[in-house]
Amino acid sequence: MEMMSGAAMVVRALKDVGVKHVFGYPGGSVLDIYDALYVQDDVEHILVRHEQAAAHMADGYARSTGNTGTVLVTSGPGATNTITGIATAYMDSVPMVVLSGQVPTMHIGEDAFQETDMIGCSRPIVKHSFLVKRAVDIPAAIAKAYHIANTGRPGPVVIDLPKDIVNPLEEHPYVFPESVQMRSYNPTLKGHNKQIKKAIDTIKAAKQPVLYIGGGVIASEASEEVTRFAELLGCPVTSTLMGLGAVSGIHEQFVGMLGMHGTFEANKTMHNADCIIALGARFDDRVTNNVAKFCPNATIVHVDIDPTSISKTVSAHIPVVGSIETVLEQFFERLKGFDKSAQKQSLADWWEQITQWRNTKCLDYKLDKEQIKPQEVVQSLYKHTNGDAYVTSDVGQHQMFAALYYPFAKPRRWINSGGAGTMGFGFPAAMGVQIAHPDAVVACVTGDGSIQMNIQELATCLQYNIPVKIISINNRALGMVRQWQDMIYKGRHSHSYMDSLPDFVKLAEAYGHIGIRVDKPEELDDAMARCFAEKDRLVFMDIRVDQNEHVYPMQIKYGAMDDMRLSKTERT
Amino acid sequence: MRRILSVLMENEPGALSRLVGVFSQRGYNVDSLNVAPTDDKSLSRLTIVTEADDKVIEQITKQVNKLIDVIKVIDLSDGVHVERELMLIKVATRSESVRAEVKRNVDIFRAQIIDVDNANYTIQVTGTSDKLDGFAHAISQSTEIIEVSRSGVCGLARGEKALRL
Repeated sequence: MEMMSGAAMVVRALKDVGVKHVFGYPGGSVLDIYDALYVQDDVEHILVRHEQAAAHMADGYARSTGNTGTVLVTSGPGATNTITGIATAYMDSVPMVVLSGQVPTMHIGEDAFQETDMIGCSRPIVKHSFLVKRAVDIPAAIAKAYHIANTGRPGPVVIDLPKDIVNPLEEHPYVFPESVQMRSYNPTLKGHNKQIKKAIDTIKAAKQPVLYIGGGVIASEASEEVTRFAELLGCPVTSTLMGLGAVSGIHEQFVGMLGMHGTFEANKTMHNADCIIALGARFDDRVTNNVAKFCPNATIVHVDIDPTSISKTVSAHIPVVGSIETVLEQFFERLKGFDKSAQKQSLADWWEQITQWRNTKCLDYKLDKEQIKPQEVVQSLYKHTNGDAYVTSDVGQHQMFAALYYPFAKPRRWINSGGAGTMGFGFPAAMGVQIAHPDAVVACVTGDGSIQMNIQELATCLQYNIPVKIISINNRALGMVRQWQDMIYKGRHSHSYMDSLPDFVKLAEAYGHIGIRVDKPEELDDAMARCFAEKDRLVFMDIRVDQNEHVYPMQIKYGAMDDMRLSKTERT
Repeated sequence: MRRILSVLMENEPGALSRLVGVFSQRGYNVDSLNVAPTDDKSLSRLTIVTEADDKVIEQITKQVNKLIDVIKVIDLSDGVHVERELMLIKVATRSESVRAEVKRNVDIFRAQIIDVDNANYTIQVTGTSDKLDGFAHAISQSTEIIEVSRSGVCGLARGEKALRL
């Protein structure tokens, strides 16, 4: 039996669960673990400039690969700085493990230096947490944490490690569990047969069905199956913000994103559907609008691995608990011999109606000779990355423009903070993506507000040569706040302007990167080309756009799915 | 509607705080909560009394079940069950007539006087929560209640049904 210290066990167990990268920041309580990291090459550590960014990097890393992201921070402020990052991962079901240092066991509860009850602080935003009290328990705790984080509905797990148990002077036997068995945790993967039958009977009988897909499709790696299912049924497909790319954004059956800033055709299709097949989506308030007016004619089939997501806001008529992948296999089994051409005929009227809705061209906007439009920036990005980049975003107007104007053809390419809406997420998330995919093109669509929330990571990018492209849509304002103030607060722009912005080009240069400023529409394409020609450098694009542009369509508060504003002057 | 949830969970540190957290975080009521290890020391059994309609109790049950430490949850009030609560109540007994009246109530409610002091009695009552309420009300008509401690409800399903591994 191998003997080693608790600190060595932490690093060794990380290696044994397959961790390649750790994002972190050292401090008093984790110095022993950092020392153990120093003497090995299996696990690479990325030194961030703020612990929140470490969590977002691990998050981007996880979302783009499906593998669990890992964070290592010290006790007290080091740990609490990750809270926003953990909450972000929790809301979007991202597998993540956060290892936080803790004061020695005998000092817990004494308000010791840099002591914070991390287990308590993180409790409402983690899938589970462990306070490890003996060195010999470290391997099992780490094995369990990674198992929990990335099975069932994924989520973040915190492991709190008191300093005395990682003491390098005390050696203990290292036993890594061969498999993890937990009597209290066994996610349901297979759908109940009776429910499967009911679901398929309903789906077969539907005349106006729609597939409403969410992030769960991506989490369960079921994109291919869902696309095949959609093609078999020949029905329209809409996606939540989190599900974009699960079915290709350029698939002919795809009617766009739904919800608050969903397309006209997606929201119309939902509202008029007689059967909604929800796969890995959770009827979030940013989707449903007023629940009382939600899709009045629809029978709802809801498939999700998390029972709490079913009938939480909107009651499902046919709930199916299981993983999307497994349940779809069961669906296919029951659909053997399904007559595709008869189905096509039966849905002809439905598609004719949808085509009419599509013809409103709700995403059209007016170009301007003087000012760049934010939509134009995203379209230019699409062009110069051949629609195949990993795109992360921050939160606000630019996020919605990216979601609407960059149709993602593959899953895990669109990475944004959907549930939590965390500004400052996009840039570090892009860094995590780039570390996981060193040769890929990674762009962060951001704004002048969001980028400043984690801008210190420009230094990390230089240190590790992380050549992400920052596409900052600069409107000198907190655009989404400003839009709401225009619409609801009679244009009173209370604290939504960004006076005295830094010179972003100089700032990028100060950190050792390339900065490009673009003011004029005719310069945009060339500048974008220059940006992506710099394959090995971080480029910060400061693109000054029209300040008064709004994101449309936009659902009207308290209305139904299809009550929308289509422009500043038109509504449904 | 009053509901009684019985929860079987790992007897691990932090498990209770996670469970209680679900209630506070999601705005559910806790009328009473009772927890102790079972005959198997690695397991704890909790009984929670809450006020909720069908939709809310469904969510509570699912949310509690979702906790990693939780092994099983049942809604006892869904079927036939037995429930008991224990109350210790200290009442002032300054005169002979009060002592007699208290004793009469103790007999009627089949309670027990378990401690006697110069000017007070400590009484133990078991039964349904309603009975305990009834006893406290009755006794308050004849004397002053000094303090009360209640265990919260515990319960079991009747018949074959059981909450076990």
